[in-house]
Amino acid sequence: MHITVRTRDGDAHPVEARTGLSLMQNIRNAGVDELEAICGGSLSCATCHVYVDSLPPGAELSPMSQDEEELLDACDDLTENSRLSCQLVFGPALDGMRVTIAPEY
Amino acid sequence: MTHGHYDCLIVGAGHAGAQAAISLRQSGFEGSVCLLGDEPVAPYERPALSKEYLAGKKEFARLLLRPAEFWPEHDVTLSPGRRVTAVEAEAHTVTCADATTIGYGALVWCAGGTPRTLHCPGHGLDGIHAIRDKADCDRLIAALPHSRRIVVIGGGYVGLEAAAVLSGLGKQVVVIEALDRVLARVAAEPLSRFYEAEHRAHGVELRLGTSVAEIVGRDGAVSGVRLAEGTVVAAEQVIVGIGIEPVVEPLLAAGAQAAPGGAGVLVDDLCRTTLADVYAAGDCAVARSGPGIRIESRHNATEQADTAAKAISGRPEPLRLVPLFWSNQYDLRLQTVGLSHGHDRTVLRGDPGSRSFSLVYLKDGAVAALDCVNTARDYLQGRRLVEAGTRVDPALLADARTPLKDMAESA
Repeated sequence: MHITVRTRDGDAHPVEARTGLSLMQNIRNAGVDELEAICGGSLSCATCHVYVDSLPPGAELSPMSQDEEELLDACDDLTENSRLSCQLVFGPALDGMRVTIAPEY
Repeated sequence: MTHGHYDCLIVGAGHAGAQAAISLRQSGFEGSVCLLGDEPVAPYERPALSKEYLAGKKEFARLLLRPAEFWPEHDVTLSPGRRVTAVEAEAHTVTCADATTIGYGALVWCAGGTPRTLHCPGHGLDGIHAIRDKADCDRLIAALPHSRRIVVIGGGYVGLEAAAVLSGLGKQVVVIEALDRVLARVAAEPLSRFYEAEHRAHGVELRLGTSVAEIVGRDGAVSGVRLAEGTVVAAEQVIVGIGIEPVVEPLLAAGAQAAPGGAGVLVDDLCRTTLADVYAAGDCAVARSGPGIRIESRHNATEQADTAAKAISGRPEPLRLVPLFWSNQYDLRLQTVGLSHGHDRTVLRGDPGSRSFSLVYLKDGAVAALDCVNTARDYLQGRRLVEAGTRVDPALLADARTPLKDMAESA
């Protein structure tokens, strides 16, 4: 399974993804280090902000918690596709999804 | 006799050590890399120990910094369960507790710290815990089912986070702090008083301004804690959260320059120690350019290790760190940016009674740090003020309706 990650330079990278890990972990494991993820996935930093560009047909993302909403709300580059990638658990339904790493805060 | 040689040997497999290995490969370092650590497990998220892991909300597999295959895939040799006892700087070798010797081209010292322990009578009884590594936490978790009353010694972040988790698990928790307020070493009084009120509201008892005279026991196990004034607080388990001692002895014995007051090993802005080809990062390293204290955080460990790795890879980038910290207690999310160390004024932004506010620390008129409680916006926007050292009129800072990002130099 894979996801496509567009980095800040505009390049798209196919990234192998594992079920059960967060999107953030999958992106980091693939060596895309511009996704800072300073807090390691504990909803404390907003440095794993991505835009979800597209999902496979029928796929849905888990709803946002209030904490995630508040953190994203504080980001300058918020769009309606914004998510914190540490909060999205990857699974087969998301195989093929495309995301873009948001600008540095 | 030498048992192997690595172009880069990393000692300590916590956040700094793991990041050093990751960054070496990301920077294109092609030499051999060994990541040696004293724990039996692969590198993991340490801040979660006193939070989600203790609470049973996150299993260990989800705390691994990288999946097990990552290390061999990136040609990093993990060497768990080993401790370095001596560094031979001239020979470029280290000696381990198991008497093996390992050669290095570059050495990155990320050995972190060991928890400070009690020295009062009764300090050796069963049921006294630290929360520093997985094994510490596992011992504590195993003891919880048959424990009702728990004493936490030390009102710092680790102690308070543990108190929050344990009271959430239905335990009777008493926190003992030697100073007259919690978080006294890291935050100003309004933040301390806010957290004290929260803990009390959650049923945690706080004993401030009192020290521990003795750990009282029965049949070799803890039964209580005797305070200096004589009272005995009953407890089946005692958690000691009174800070760490940096693990730097082998480096200092080899001639590396120490930070004043035994705070750690001194490093420059490329994380070099004074020994040739020896770098240091994380809880044991003290930046020469900083305020002379250890910055004990995941963020600092990661940044320093990254800096060392880039320098070793021939791509030096001097570190200009703006520290970040966080602490989760109950439903309160504290995010800190900057260092309040040496501040001369604080400004409260928002009402602590609303459980969402920030405390801004000023030094010579410039924003030096912010403690943000349930105010992610202030944290993200305030980071810029700290980075730029912006001077802002305190009256403006106190106006919580004006976003920090709209605050330009005004004082």
